[in-house]
Amino acid sequence: MAKITFDGIEIEVADGTTIMNAARQIGGSIVPPAMCYYTPLKGSGGKCRACLVKVSAGSAKDPRPMPKLVASCITTVQDGMVVENTINEQVMDVRKGIVEMLLINHPLDCPVCDQAGECSLQDFAFEHGLSTTRYEEERRTFEKIDIGPLIQLHMTRCILCYRCVYTADQLTPERVHGVLGRGDASEIGTYIENIIDNEFSGNVIDVCPVGALTDKTFRFKQRVWFTKPVNAHRNCETDKCEGRVTLWYKGKDVLRVTARKDEYGEVKEWICNTCRFDKKETSDWTLEGPAHINRASVIAQNHYELPVVNPQVIQDLPESTTRELERNPPLRLGGLNN
Amino acid sequence: MGRKLLTEHINVEGINTFEVYRKHGGYRSVEKALKTMTPDEVTEEVKKSGLRGRGGAGFPAGMKWGFLAKPEGVPRYLVCNADESEPGTFKDRQLMTKLPHLLIEGMITGSYALGARTSYIYIRGELLYVLRILEKAIAEAYAAGFLGENILGSGYSLDLHVHPGAGAYICGEETALLESLEGKRGNPRNKPPFPAVQGLYARPTVVNNVETIAAVPVIVNEGGDEYAKIGIGRSTGTKLISACGHLNKPGIYEIELGLPVEEFIYSDEYCGGIWKGRDLKAVVAGGSSVPILPKELILKTAAGENRLMTYESLSDGGFVTGTMLGSGGFIAMDETTCIVKNTWNFSRFYHHESCGQCSPCREGTGWMEKVLHRLEHGHGSMHDIDLLVSVAKQIEGNTICPLGEAAAWPVAAAVRHFRHEFEWHVTNPKEATAPGAAYRGAAVLA
Repeated sequence: MAKITFDGIEIEVADGTTIMNAARQIGGSIVPPAMCYYTPLKGSGGKCRACLVKVSAGSAKDPRPMPKLVASCITTVQDGMVVENTINEQVMDVRKGIVEMLLINHPLDCPVCDQAGECSLQDFAFEHGLSTTRYEEERRTFEKIDIGPLIQLHMTRCILCYRCVYTADQLTPERVHGVLGRGDASEIGTYIENIIDNEFSGNVIDVCPVGALTDKTFRFKQRVWFTKPVNAHRNCETDKCEGRVTLWYKGKDVLRVTARKDEYGEVKEWICNTCRFDKKETSDWTLEGPAHINRASVIAQNHYELPVVNPQVIQDLPESTTRELERNPPLRLGGLNN
Repeated sequence: MGRKLLTEHINVEGINTFEVYRKHGGYRSVEKALKTMTPDEVTEEVKKSGLRGRGGAGFPAGMKWGFLAKPEGVPRYLVCNADESEPGTFKDRQLMTKLPHLLIEGMITGSYALGARTSYIYIRGELLYVLRILEKAIAEAYAAGFLGENILGSGYSLDLHVHPGAGAYICGEETALLESLEGKRGNPRNKPPFPAVQGLYARPTVVNNVETIAAVPVIVNEGGDEYAKIGIGRSTGTKLISACGHLNKPGIYEIELGLPVEEFIYSDEYCGGIWKGRDLKAVVAGGSSVPILPKELILKTAAGENRLMTYESLSDGGFVTGTMLGSGGFIAMDETTCIVKNTWNFSRFYHHESCGQCSPCREGTGWMEKVLHRLEHGHGSMHDIDLLVSVAKQIEGNTICPLGEAAAWPVAAAVRHFRHEFEWHVTNPKEATAPGAAYRGAAVLA
């Protein structure tokens, strides 16, 4: 076990845990944002640089600070490590810079984007970005590409997080999906518009943090915040698919089916294309009840709700620390006082 | 006249063939190491020599070798980084073209020290003709029994392969190089784990520059202590400097570290001064990624001491008034050079070469290029100059690999020392964009 201090809050986590996951055990808005890291995908993380944090003491053995900011999603904790996230001004400044970089070539077409309302970039920009831009040049654009009959790729919106590449790599037997080109001309895609023809290919839609990969059966059907998520399951015959999903209703109609996501937008169980694209009748499913949307997103009943700190962690804190935190709370430590 | 350790025989006819190279004392270090020394003793000599990485970062080579993890039963690799693509640097190409056997000798001795049974030379894709030269030389070395099974009856076996890249600057970054060598897209890896623990094929690996490896035979032959006598302080030995730009005698020079910069530029033995009798304006001392310095600061440090060709002296003053020795790509610019245009050109290179993996570099390099393009063509505003500094700062230190810094440093330094010239482009666009126009005002020194 390793004991670390994250934004003044002490927590004990298993050895080998990343800083990001240690912070997620605390919960609340002190958790660094993740645009590319995705727990179920091996090798993901380290690319978007949104989760950079300051390590002001490396470990109990070697308490020197780390010279550069580190990506919290791929850096493992050391016993005695002290990490500063929201309480560190440099970290906040850099994060603002990262939002700016991600947005300069983003089309900002949220009003017509299917992802709006459940978009990680939208949330990230709302939380850390500026309302103006310093970028005057023309933005990078691409033609829309259909990757098969069910998925559309709109590279213009892509932030090159590589999540879909890892998904296609790790869930499908033959690799046809990857990155072409380099620098700001790189694009996600398939070689000569191949189809990702696989029972699990639809999962690339769920992992996409922005609206670059969209479900063609749901395109322009409805704004997500007008739909109602309901958890449901069915006895799926596809190998490795458990058939546990979220149905998105508008009135009586199932408009789309997605995998169930946790509060960080991560899919815990992959679902097959049959469940996702073909089963859009209530009679196909056994309903479980409304899905709880607890992530910070406008989809949460039009309230921008800040996530809540894990009450267990706060309970375990020594009283002196709690008092100190109450008097001098880390920047926007939402929910601590609830 | 300084000593020539690497290039002593470079102009001997036929030195690229095995026989001639052998006649001039070639492969002695292999015999000495394999027959009379243990691998650890070879590493110890390299440590004693104080040899520092010649690829740009200047990390002590012996220490790097010492970090190599050596678990039982797991193969280890030595990889030679011959992906020389830094603008202004062209020393390795010459070394490999003229003295391919020197590199091969270094690879054998180095691999023996590290316990590698298979080693690779990763060569830049554009240098296909050099690849042919190396392959021919390797075949000769195999035929002579210096490569392959049981070298010189010592029981040590080594296979050496040359592998071409596909023409990406980023593959000179060691982890991107390893990815590319494995047959993947050349994206730099997140570190840790470092290559010394998990490198090529997730095995312990040392990646060294061509010139670093070429220095190993000399160190083994003469002894580390002897090698360390050359140079000043922690900058030991000789260094190849590829000098280009507005010089009377551009070319590749092997210098003893510690040579004054002024002597290097102006003495007839080296570059022979600035061409056409013009005045020196600025120097990029170690390849395009290091900060540019105006004449006053490259010849003397801010404290008024003579600037020397050493790792320490060139970086004296940090990034306020100093620069870096880098890879030894020495670019001199005379008074007619437009610094804004030059910076834009560098920036265009980094924009083109960014791998696109992490956001600050992918987006930032393009942004800087576009702003510089605007300034150079007389469409910029004063606000753009500060914007450049700000974007450079947002990239620097926040990227996966050093390419981000390599792109940000030259821009930040150019604005730092030549802000007046940037402002002149804004206030006098017509004059500044005229063909051959260059600002003649003074540089900012502190």
